[in-house]
Amino acid sequence: MYYEPVIGLEVHIQLNTDTKIFCSCSTLFGAVPNSQVCPVCLGMPGSLPVLNRKVMEYAVRLSLATGCKINNTSILARKNYFYPDLPKSYQISQFEEPFAEHGELVVKIEGQPSRRIGITRIHMEEDAGKSLHAESFVGKDESLVDVNRCGVPLLEVVSDPDFRTPQEAYEYLVHLRQIVVYLGICDGNMEEGSLRCDANVSLRPIGTTTLGTKTELKNMNSFRAVEKALEYEIHRQEMILENGGVIEQQTLLWDANRNVAESMRTKEYSHDYRYFPDPDLAPISMTAGDIEQVRANIPELPEAKRERFMRQFSLPEYDAQVLTESPKVAEYFEQTALRVKDKKAASNWIMGNLLRSLKERNEHLHQLKLTPAFLAELLTLIEQGTISGSSAKEVFEECLDSGKSPTLIVEEKGLLQISDLDAIEQIVSSIIEKNPRDVQDYLNGNEKVLGFFIGQIMRATQGKANPKLVNSILRKKLALLSK
Amino acid sequence: MQLTDLDYTSLRKRIVGREITCAQLVADYLDNIREKKPLNAFISVFEKDARQRAEEIDRKISANNAGALAGLVLGIKDLIVLSGAPTTCGSKILSNFISPYDATVIKKLAQADAVFIGKTNMDEFAMGSSSETSFSGAVKNPTATDRVAGGSSGGSAAAVAGNLCTAALGSDTGGSIRQPASFCGVVGIKPTYGRVSRFGLIAYASSLDQIGPLCKSVDDAASILNVISGYDHLDSTSANQPTEDYTTYLNRDVKGLIIGLPKEYYGAGLDPEIRQNIENRAAQLGKAGAEIVEVSLPHTEYAIAAYYIIATAEASSNLARFDGARYGVRAEKVMDLEEMYVKSRTEGFGSEVKRRIMLGTYVLSSGYYDAYYRKAQKVRTLIRQDFNNVFAQVDCLLTPIAPTTAFRLGEKIDDPLTMYLSDIYTVSCNLAGLPGIALPSGADSHGLPIGLQLLGKPFSEGKLLQVADFLEKLN
Ligand SMILES: [Zn+2]
Repeated sequence: MYYEPVIGLEVHIQLNTDTKIFCSCSTLFGAVPNSQVCPVCLGMPGSLPVLNRKVMEYAVRLSLATGCKINNTSILARKNYFYPDLPKSYQISQFEEPFAEHGELVVKIEGQPSRRIGITRIHMEEDAGKSLHAESFVGKDESLVDVNRCGVPLLEVVSDPDFRTPQEAYEYLVHLRQIVVYLGICDGNMEEGSLRCDANVSLRPIGTTTLGTKTELKNMNSFRAVEKALEYEIHRQEMILENGGVIEQQTLLWDANRNVAESMRTKEYSHDYRYFPDPDLAPISMTAGDIEQVRANIPELPEAKRERFMRQFSLPEYDAQVLTESPKVAEYFEQTALRVKDKKAASNWIMGNLLRSLKERNEHLHQLKLTPAFLAELLTLIEQGTISGSSAKEVFEECLDSGKSPTLIVEEKGLLQISDLDAIEQIVSSIIEKNPRDVQDYLNGNEKVLGFFIGQIMRATQGKANPKLVNSILRKKLALLSK
Repeated sequence: MQLTDLDYTSLRKRIVGREITCAQLVADYLDNIREKKPLNAFISVFEKDARQRAEEIDRKISANNAGALAGLVLGIKDLIVLSGAPTTCGSKILSNFISPYDATVIKKLAQADAVFIGKTNMDEFAMGSSSETSFSGAVKNPTATDRVAGGSSGGSAAAVAGNLCTAALGSDTGGSIRQPASFCGVVGIKPTYGRVSRFGLIAYASSLDQIGPLCKSVDDAASILNVISGYDHLDSTSANQPTEDYTTYLNRDVKGLIIGLPKEYYGAGLDPEIRQNIENRAAQLGKAGAEIVEVSLPHTEYAIAAYYIIATAEASSNLARFDGARYGVRAEKVMDLEEMYVKSRTEGFGSEVKRRIMLGTYVLSSGYYDAYYRKAQKVRTLIRQDFNNVFAQVDCLLTPIAPTTAFRLGEKIDDPLTMYLSDIYTVSCNLAGLPGIALPSGADSHGLPIGLQLLGKPFSEGKLLQVADFLEKLN
């Protein structure tokens, strides 16, 4: 029998607001443990939460970008459970009446038809803290808690069980990450846990519509890990079903070092979180006016930008795709392209030299000394024949290092290309005069000698002669001699 | 007559007129606290701080720049936090807890130059109607020390009635200010839900809790309410509604006011002496030009059930943070996390608190949520509608506060259901978020104080004070 996987994803998106969701503590990552806390996020007796308005705005942005319907009223609810990194012993989240529902995201995989993935709901919640066990500074019989992350705002995006392959899940995550980065609501930083994904998967015989027993996969810390864990779990379930076994409902933890998913060893009772509306917080009400105000300020999303780049700058689809992968690169390109005539050249330089250099130097675009204005200046120097292509690379590297303007670098390094017709003609004539035997060779039909002449000319000009001009003048003069 | 017998309004005249000093007043109260220690009204006393603060305020008075409540010596119910001071909630589990911050009401009162003399005793986590469930022991009624002071703000009521402080803050979730005020013969106000910030009030039931004053006169209640009410950006449930000067409602008459007597509040179970007392008061109001009408609040009989479901549901979650992990008492010699939770909470909570946590956990459990919690919320809406209908016809309601006057210590403590049922006249006010006043109204044949209750529509504290002030001055 052939089986079809049915996969759903739950993605936690950590919002990049300056302050936490229910207090005014900083959300900065990497601070000294328990330094970014106050009575509210510490769950001190008597403290009360107040919802950060920025979180509402960000939730609207993501809801609009994913076509979700934003509920007029949504309820913040308490999810009750005991854990040391949860100071109030409940997490403020949403349960009945979430912020937004019924959206979709279209996933494209090359060579396959686009897939529409339904979004069940988007809701807001607070992050928990971090328990520390296996660190050098933690004693053998103790656990420590860092509360800094408590109250950092999250949006949870729950998908419908619409994925049929792990690859679709991967592409969805990449796309979702791109959207939240474009929306400016999340830094997209995987290492700092800015996006976290849990998956659930079940199998069913192809052609049937009832759902099989699903398992949950947790602890994947990259999108590739999600894909791998799903592949692993689909294979595991397939083996069980083919051997006539039954799938046990359980939560599995992905072990990225060993590439296996293992059952979480927890007690065999299912958790009853006793959700109920948080009496400390009024329902969130969203008017059409509130929503429109946010809509008006939503940045251009990747797809729209890609299409605009193709239209406005006459770029091939591939270029537009690469350049719009990150909003920062897109912005860099646009700032450069608006200053030069040859848009494709700008695209080539950015996709090639620039992105490569960034990777090699392990630098971020915004730290770069080579600004879009400087790159445009460099491209214009090439366009106008002021410098040669080989000099351009040198100027590019120098500008990355020093941050001096390309024009200044060309002057300092004496890289100005000789484009003066008279000057080049003089040099060509003198080379021809000095090498009569080679001229004869050429006139006898040996085209290879041309290369020798060009080499001589370039040496005489220290490589600064405009090669196009050299070429045409040399041919013209030699042609005159043959008559 | 002693200074400590006087209400704040009388004391303030003497303080501002330099007849007495705050320092002297505080010293007198401290003497009384020592002398009446068996009342068990205070859990902690800030002797040094109070003396020092009184001297500071005396200097301010000399410089003519003292605040609106200069020289008001306050007891604070031990579930309102004060930075650097212990806040136990009358419990064992918080017996070592020191708050790192001030409640909003504390900030406001300190700014108005009130002096905090100590933290008052209470039922553990405000769960009780007799102040007998405290880890610090039961509070005794100053009028008859074999009687309860009422609860849960019993310490605050006894402290005011016993002249241990000028006034006290209490909190009212289902009658916890009004009933002890009535049992001890003092004035108590439960403001409209949202009128006074809850920031820094350790929650019993967040949607019902409200801080209010217990004091010796309606004048005092108006002055204190002036300072503590108002919007607080730290409390999302606080009302963004302008405040008023409540003292402008004093010394008016009651001509033309329509006062309702809800018939459900005068049925079987009400002590005939209390009924007679309140009926007499109604007659006095009628004679003074108010119109007295009988009205009906038909869903009153469901109020106790709805109240105990909603209050305990919220409490089960509010009290979950007391788990021994971060503050409070942690059980010793535990092997793992679960044992730490179970032992800390088993040892740290008293039996009434455990009963309510279990009840609340049960009504929120999946499979029971709809039958209990959701249904109770529907009842709450019906009760609110009852009041809306009635307040379309009347200005305020006149009712008893409790079916009896103060009962004997130990009399009901082993019968929780009877204890719960004695909240019948007070819980609806909280379910509907209304303001209510408890006003002393003479005594029964045992000499025990009788209290009457005035209820009004949201934010009608002024009108309630007007009627209460009128009645008070008839005496
Ligand atoms: Zn905080």
